[in-house]
Amino acid sequence: MISLTVNGQPREVAADPNMPLLWVIRDLLGLTGTKFGCGVAQCGACTVHLNGEAVRSCVTKVSRAAGQQVTTIEGLSTNNNHPLQLAWQEADVPQCGYCQSGQLMSAAVLLRENPNPTDQDIDDAMSGNICRCGTYPRIRAAIHQAAKMHQGGAKS
Amino acid sequence: MKKLIFISLVLFTGALVVLSFKSGNDEPGSYPVIRKDSVASVKAFKQVYTVLMSARCMNCHPAGNVPLQGDDNHLHTMLPQRGIDGKGVYAMKCANCHQPTNTPGLHTPPGNPNWHLPPANIKMVFQGRTPRQLAKQLIDPNQNGHKDIKKLIEHADDGLVLSGWNPGEGRKLPPMSHAAFKKAWITWLTTGAFAPSK
Repeated sequence: MISLTVNGQPREVAADPNMPLLWVIRDLLGLTGTKFGCGVAQCGACTVHLNGEAVRSCVTKVSRAAGQQVTTIEGLSTNNNHPLQLAWQEADVPQCGYCQSGQLMSAAVLLRENPNPTDQDIDDAMSGNICRCGTYPRIRAAIHQAAKMHQGGAKS
Repeated sequence: MKKLIFISLVLFTGALVVLSFKSGNDEPGSYPVIRKDSVASVKAFKQVYTVLMSARCMNCHPAGNVPLQGDDNHLHTMLPQRGIDGKGVYAMKCANCHQPTNTPGLHTPPGNPNWHLPPANIKMVFQGRTPRQLAKQLIDPNQNGHKDIKKLIEHADDGLVLSGWNPGEGRKLPPMSHAAFKKAWITWLTTGAFAPSK
């Protein structure tokens, strides 16, 4: 058995240590918000947080997450109310939606480390998350909007 | 009494002398012996240079802030940035994709527990350097991460250097074995670290 904390809950999984973390999240824990895209860390659809970092869970062995903190899109906020999720809804960012949980998890790391990112900061942070629908302009706008909401919230 | 003071002084001074020779050097006599030989040195560096300019070494010593990729040294897809510490930025940190070990399969991220570029304040650029420029840069403490000759010799066995010879599937190895590289590297350094004329 491998123990890890997923979205704040201690979990134990009967998995081979070499099993990709993505398999554990989706198939063993039933958290299907995280998507399989390429399987080789090229597209970003499977991005989750491992101790706060935006790892690509398709190439991350579950053994690396043993005893560590994992956050998936289901655990990004308590009520889908992370500033990024609110901004995403407001700007109607997704088209097909397949890449969007990965986009949000990457954007969350960006905002945590840089609460007021420039367009260049956004490009540098988000270039590993591909969107075949081409929603990039709306993703960028929504990240700026979330940054404003977050700062507004912090002031009040 | 005078005799006792004298003996104490002699012992104390002796201990100081012994300690002064030991300071900064864990194993007495382990410091490399330099026997200057410019011909042998330059000859050895020419071998070293072929390794350092191979894709396995140069790809993480780029001229810009984006690492290189592949045997043709193209810019790393998705353009990850160096960052201040050389470990990437935001959601694009090296270790987000590069695991502690190589990921199996073609076109998958190679791995190492300490995967990174040189930091922003000492970029240690290999790309575009002539043999002369690179040789001079490698022994300049301000450009090599403040390494002296001993540290430079040890660096041949650094984990990331060694990983050049364990690059993951589908990637070309450096042009000689690690043992041959290390021999040439040490020869270059211990014969005076002379730089080629161009």
